[in-house]
Amino acid sequence: MSKRQRQSYKGVVAAAPVTIPYERFSIHGAHWWIGRALRALSEQAHLKPADIDGFSVSSFTVGPDTAIGLTQHFGLSPRFLDHVPLGGASGVVGLRRAARAVQAGDADMVACVAADANHVDSFRRTLSTFSRFAQDAVYPYGSGGPNASFALITRDYMNRFGATREDFGRVCVAQRDNALAFPHALMKKKLTLEDYMNARAISDPIHLFDCVMPCAGAEAFLVCTEERARDLGLPFVRILSTIERHNAFMDDPIQYRGGWVVDLDDLYGLADVKPADIDLVQTYDDYPVISLMQIEDLGFCAKGEAAAFVRERDLTFRGDFPHNTSGGQLSIGQAGAAGGYLGLVEAMRQLCGLAGANQVKDAKVALISGFGMINYDRGLASAAALLARAS
Amino acid sequence: MTEPLVRPKRKDPLRRTRLPLSPPGARSRTALGLAAAAAQGRFMLQVCGQCAKTIYPPRDACPGCFAPTPPFCDVPDGGRLLAVTTIRTSTDAYYRERMPWRVGTVQMDCGPSVVAHVHGDIAEGDRVTMSLKLDRSGQAAAFALPVKETPAMADDKQLREMTCDPKFRRALVTDGRTAVGQACAKALSEAGCTIVFVGVADPWKPFPGEDSLRRIPNVEIVPLDLTNSESTGDLAADIGGRVDIIVNTAEHVRPGGIMARKGLVVAREEMDIRYFGLMRLAQAFGPALRFRGADGVNSATAIVNFLFVHALANWPEFGAYSATEAACLSASHSLRAELRPGGVKFINVFHGPLETDWFQELPPPKVAATQLAKSAVDALKRGLEDVFVGDIAQDIRDRFLANPKALEREL
Repeated sequence: MSKRQRQSYKGVVAAAPVTIPYERFSIHGAHWWIGRALRALSEQAHLKPADIDGFSVSSFTVGPDTAIGLTQHFGLSPRFLDHVPLGGASGVVGLRRAARAVQAGDADMVACVAADANHVDSFRRTLSTFSRFAQDAVYPYGSGGPNASFALITRDYMNRFGATREDFGRVCVAQRDNALAFPHALMKKKLTLEDYMNARAISDPIHLFDCVMPCAGAEAFLVCTEERARDLGLPFVRILSTIERHNAFMDDPIQYRGGWVVDLDDLYGLADVKPADIDLVQTYDDYPVISLMQIEDLGFCAKGEAAAFVRERDLTFRGDFPHNTSGGQLSIGQAGAAGGYLGLVEAMRQLCGLAGANQVKDAKVALISGFGMINYDRGLASAAALLARAS
Repeated sequence: MTEPLVRPKRKDPLRRTRLPLSPPGARSRTALGLAAAAAQGRFMLQVCGQCAKTIYPPRDACPGCFAPTPPFCDVPDGGRLLAVTTIRTSTDAYYRERMPWRVGTVQMDCGPSVVAHVHGDIAEGDRVTMSLKLDRSGQAAAFALPVKETPAMADDKQLREMTCDPKFRRALVTDGRTAVGQACAKALSEAGCTIVFVGVADPWKPFPGEDSLRRIPNVEIVPLDLTNSESTGDLAADIGGRVDIIVNTAEHVRPGGIMARKGLVVAREEMDIRYFGLMRLAQAFGPALRFRGADGVNSATAIVNFLFVHALANWPEFGAYSATEAACLSASHSLRAELRPGGVKFINVFHGPLETDWFQELPPPKVAATQLAKSAVDALKRGLEDVFVGDIAQDIRDRFLANPKALEREL
């Protein structure tokens, strides 16, 4: 069976990047956060609820509702409705589905929103019921949550490729630098490599600054035609190409690579872009080992060489490899599924020239990568998108 | 190397007893196939009947060919520890007070990767023997053990959470007049119990084996008559707070079917000693056992009950007795559920005819009292829930599992 050619996203854009500033704990539910994001989108684009005819939502804490219940909650009557429960891959996957809907004429204006609540104890409840395999075969084993699962992946990566804690620390320290220039980051204190190395152990080799802080918040953007975005006077970015792949390399006994590898040629081929052309990279950084894995699997260096790669580069927004330019989840916080939108929305701000103090100079092309859902022992979802500035 | 346990000091009566908590116990129905294996100390995973793929975690269809719910089969238990982590913070209250806790990823020789509890004597890269243990919630848990026995291996903190090892614990054997009771007292003493209380009804009446029973180290004879609620209550009031293991050795075997006897006198005696005896014991000692499930090195840990294997399927030659045993088996399932919040196990040790007077006329194979006692202690050490001792018990189990109706006719 021959593989069909992927189609371009010509004429479809992502517009109006929105971040609702995160809070460590919030008494508000996910619906409140989604509502604030919709309000921010409507203010930017002068949209009434009736003008939004497509709606894509990602949230772990919106239960018992799903996307359909939210239509009534927010007074929407969409003709395209999507619920993307893919954690860290939610942003890219939400974007690519919405883009195809707009391209095919199934919707004109899609609001893509990710939001999660964080009450005291929500994290424990999310973990214990995260998935059937987690319930049957992970959570009863010490209940360390993702810290323990990623500790095993990190241990294996270190054994396999000789990466050290310092290598992971470099990623975290650079992101904290970036976060200090981003007003909404929850972590506002400078982090040194010494602080990183001396932090308390959480689940060896994972230490405190390898972990994201669960919090509440929302991220959102619109998907529509370029023409519509121009009419509304919206800041927007072009979609050059996207990929997603789930449960790749299922026979690897432990995860050291992700699904990006499978579709990488399509990602760069459709966009007609090489890794060297990319001005900024947003990896999904729930743990630094995953960022290193993405740097390899997205083609910036060979497998196992990401540690050496980050040693030789400046990962801050001022540097020669601007990476997670707003500080990533490691320094901003992880607002559940909004963590899967964070890099995408930040890349949109960067490409629109709206980033503020952490603006990367002359950013034209951005790579955004998503990774998500530790169902059992590994992250299943992977996705990536190449975006370009409007002109 | 595992640090050997130190014999616990006398408990300070003014200190609050730590209450037992359970690790997360929710499982899918399919995953309960692992509990069935763990209860018997077997290592079983799903193996697809069509494409022979070994599968973990448990699934409702084979990921190789979509065949529905692959059956659990005995599989090779060898593997290699790929990565290990020591968890130091946990969101779960049970684990939180037991930190740090080691878990790891084991690549099994039979195929899948298994996230497992990891024994302290194993390092990354080592070969391991995988086992399924019942954790304190009563659910199966994969536990990676050293391939070769290591010094003080059973004293590993995590392993001891899943077992009922007699070392440094205090046991009560309910009837010291029986050969099985005396063998159990000896086996428990040898297994490291610091005290073995041995119940004897009317202790002023001498009985065979009494002298050698009294000579077993750490044995202390106590008055106990399981047919008398006052007796069980009095003993519990006296020693209930310091009994960690109970082994019920009360016997009352009488041959004959239901119609073979006139009246209910013998049947009542059987029920009184076996079924009501178990109830009296559970009511007197059970609440304290359940309360003391997390009470340090010598926490309360198990009740062992011997059961005639014809509790599963009635043997008319011993028809009335089989029925009594069936009642005890049913009660054991209730007691198992009632003890579970304390993390206390209820172990059924099934046996066929014993080498005792009341089975005198039956041909071999028969089970010796020492063999039964050894199996009971072995079940405690491994933390099993169902044990079948001897050829007859295993044969009846296999026939019962294969076709209970056929077994009814065969008997």
